[in-house]
Amino acid sequence: MRIDLEGFGKSYGGVPVLRDVSFTLRGGRVHGLLGENGAGKSTLLKAVCGAVTPDAGRVLLDGRPIAVGSPRDALRHGFTLISQELALVPAMTVLDNVYLGRWRNRLGWRRRRANRREFAELTARTGFELDPSALVRDLPIAAQQQVEVLRALASGASVIGMDEPTALLTRNETERLLEVIRRLAADGAAVVLISHFLEEVLSVCDDITVLRDGRHIKTGPAAGQTPQSLVADMVGRPIELLYPEPRPVRPDAPVLLSARGLSRGTAVREVSLDIRAGEIVGIAGLVGSGRSETLRALFGADAPDAGVVEVDGRAVAPGSPARAMRAGLAMVPESRKDQGLVLGRSVRENVALASLGSRQQAGFVRGGAEREAAGTMLAGLDVRGSDLGGPVWTLSGGNQQKVLFGKWLMDRPKVLMVDEPTRGVDVGAKGQIHRLLVELAAEGMAVLVVSSEVEEVLGLAHRVLVMRHGRLVGEFARGRATPEQVIALAFADTPDTEPSEENA
Amino acid sequence: MTATTADVKADVKAAPGRSARLRDLGIVLGVVLIVVVLSLSTSTFLTAGNLVNLLDQAAVVGLLATAATLVIISGSFDLSITAVLALSAIVAVAVTNAAGVGAGMTAGVLTGAVLGTVNGIVVVRIKVHSFIATLALSIIYRGVAVILTAGAIVYPADDRATAFQALSWPTVLGGVTAASLLFLAVVAVCWVLLSRTTFGRRVYAIGGNEEAARLSGIRTGQIKVAVFAISGVCAALGGLVLAARGGSAQASLATGMEMTAIAAAVVGGTSVMGGEGAIWRGLIGVLLITLIGNGFNLLGWDTIYQQVVQGALILGAVSLDRLLRGRRS
Repeated sequence: MRIDLEGFGKSYGGVPVLRDVSFTLRGGRVHGLLGENGAGKSTLLKAVCGAVTPDAGRVLLDGRPIAVGSPRDALRHGFTLISQELALVPAMTVLDNVYLGRWRNRLGWRRRRANRREFAELTARTGFELDPSALVRDLPIAAQQQVEVLRALASGASVIGMDEPTALLTRNETERLLEVIRRLAADGAAVVLISHFLEEVLSVCDDITVLRDGRHIKTGPAAGQTPQSLVADMVGRPIELLYPEPRPVRPDAPVLLSARGLSRGTAVREVSLDIRAGEIVGIAGLVGSGRSETLRALFGADAPDAGVVEVDGRAVAPGSPARAMRAGLAMVPESRKDQGLVLGRSVRENVALASLGSRQQAGFVRGGAEREAAGTMLAGLDVRGSDLGGPVWTLSGGNQQKVLFGKWLMDRPKVLMVDEPTRGVDVGAKGQIHRLLVELAAEGMAVLVVSSEVEEVLGLAHRVLVMRHGRLVGEFARGRATPEQVIALAFADTPDTEPSEENA
Repeated sequence: MTATTADVKADVKAAPGRSARLRDLGIVLGVVLIVVVLSLSTSTFLTAGNLVNLLDQAAVVGLLATAATLVIISGSFDLSITAVLALSAIVAVAVTNAAGVGAGMTAGVLTGAVLGTVNGIVVVRIKVHSFIATLALSIIYRGVAVILTAGAIVYPADDRATAFQALSWPTVLGGVTAASLLFLAVVAVCWVLLSRTTFGRRVYAIGGNEEAARLSGIRTGQIKVAVFAISGVCAALGGLVLAARGGSAQASLATGMEMTAIAAAVVGGTSVMGGEGAIWRGLIGVLLITLIGNGFNLLGWDTIYQQVVQGALILGAVSLDRLLRGRRS
């Protein structure tokens, strides 16, 4: 099987995101699609799978042009897309989701047993362990992704696009998914994989295509490529993959954030920590270990059951983001889309949202001051190609993330807490965000970073705290731990590190 | 993080800007079309008398649509506006009889504010969806109105009846009624409130993404209660106008008009998903709906067809709007 993509082009509101992109996919191979955020990867994949209508371009299947103008058309030819935002019906069962729209039926009456048999075959083929009658909304994100994969297989898909499938997965889950991807290709499917994790792409892909600014840069075999060579193609210039070195904390630096015995349900248990001015502290741990919940409790997004939080020596009343902010706390939340940005509103309004009080007169927004402050902030953060008045959803993920940072830096907080600073962000923006965090700390801010990427936490922080089952279970000074050690502690299968508290 | 990026600077493009904003005006085009057709096909449409009349007709539904627009932008629905309207009008009549017209009007407005605040508190505290909460509360309010009036029509006392109807009088401004001026003033205030103040920004943010708003330090509960309170005041003002016009009030006042008001808000292009829209859009919607009634009148068409035409025109206007704005999702 050979799939030729020819001359794909697409513009949004006059701004081209894809320009005359052509390359070839082959059955039985995994094809990596790389590029910075905004390079056009997702748009291309959506266009090929009928989720968006391209302005130009056609698909040839074994030399014959085929119509893939709608998801239905695309599915008919075996093209299917597993996108970043999972397209599942949360209130339905796993089985119903897998066979959504193509339930076995006789005269409209469903034949559940036939579906169940097929489901069993599918799970055997992929090695997934899923309960067909579980509700999708009760499943963790990794399992939901598996449901999407099963659905693609159930539809007999022969061309499977995956847009950042591993962004939300833990290391083990990622390994398992990559294994499945290899198996799909071995069975003859053409898999297109978008991922920001270059090691992962190199480990699983046979071919790699790089896009930059909507243009096709190159397509070739993965063998012989290195992360450095790929990054150079993606950004058009060589870039340092190294983390910037944080400036040492001054020995007399005051403690800016202090928590004692912070608890909330079973998610956060007696967390105590101190962060000094100029210090970057990282929290590592598995998904569900209570990292994000700890940040939320510190910030007052969720009210803690017990514990004290002090900012710069003064106690902060619990359970109110507004009060936490007045004390000098800021939190960049985990999910831009759900917790961070108001996607339908303009860039300017989003940047201004957390600091409206600073630029008002008798309740009126001082428009000029706001435009200037927002413009300066975004220029400083290198948000490119943005119209301050345009809705924020039109920006690339990396730029959206920078807007989110900008929003929280407008009032210069004393303590900046960041949950997943670079999730779904391209390599270039990632480096910029890392440098920004190091710079902010150097200017005297206390920074608390949570990330699922252990390398990120280790690379940025002066000190790394490890969390497990809602407790802080270990601490490493900078340079004193390998990713493996941190992960081992997070999983708690090493008896010889810290005093473990298993039966808490 | 400026070292690597001096070459690109922030090139702030004048991207989609103007053309997008023009496309936004699709619904305005629809209204202009109707105005042109009516102006050409009748000799009576473009007369001062008719336009004054048109504005007066739009006043009550306009006040309600302003309330609906505000609430919908904040991400909620207020189905109780006409029940609040009726109860406020009844309280106004009762207090007028007890303590005079000025006190009566004030009491009417206060009733609206209180009932609106109750709506807001119920929605925020009990966390029932506003659609259901205000539906239930509206039934209660109508019920209270029936109890207060014993199901009858209530009138202000004879010596106060004239002053009570002041809102329906024409003013020195070319005969434009006091009700019309009140309507325009409320529109102006709400317009400024939404588009120029930090309160307005917070309302849009809550409607667009409540969790993001809360995490940005916005006291979402307070803002929502305030929005419902404003909605209640707008409704009460509508009640005063209706009571002034009829010289009476009753429990069934303006029944069903909340749907027209919500339709007007949505027809104007305010998203039912919240976070998007504008007061002027509600105004356009009201204009469209009022024009249709006015057109039937002037053209001498049989009013039995009016509802069908009204529904069809609303659909047509909204489809045109969708078409011009393009599919984006």
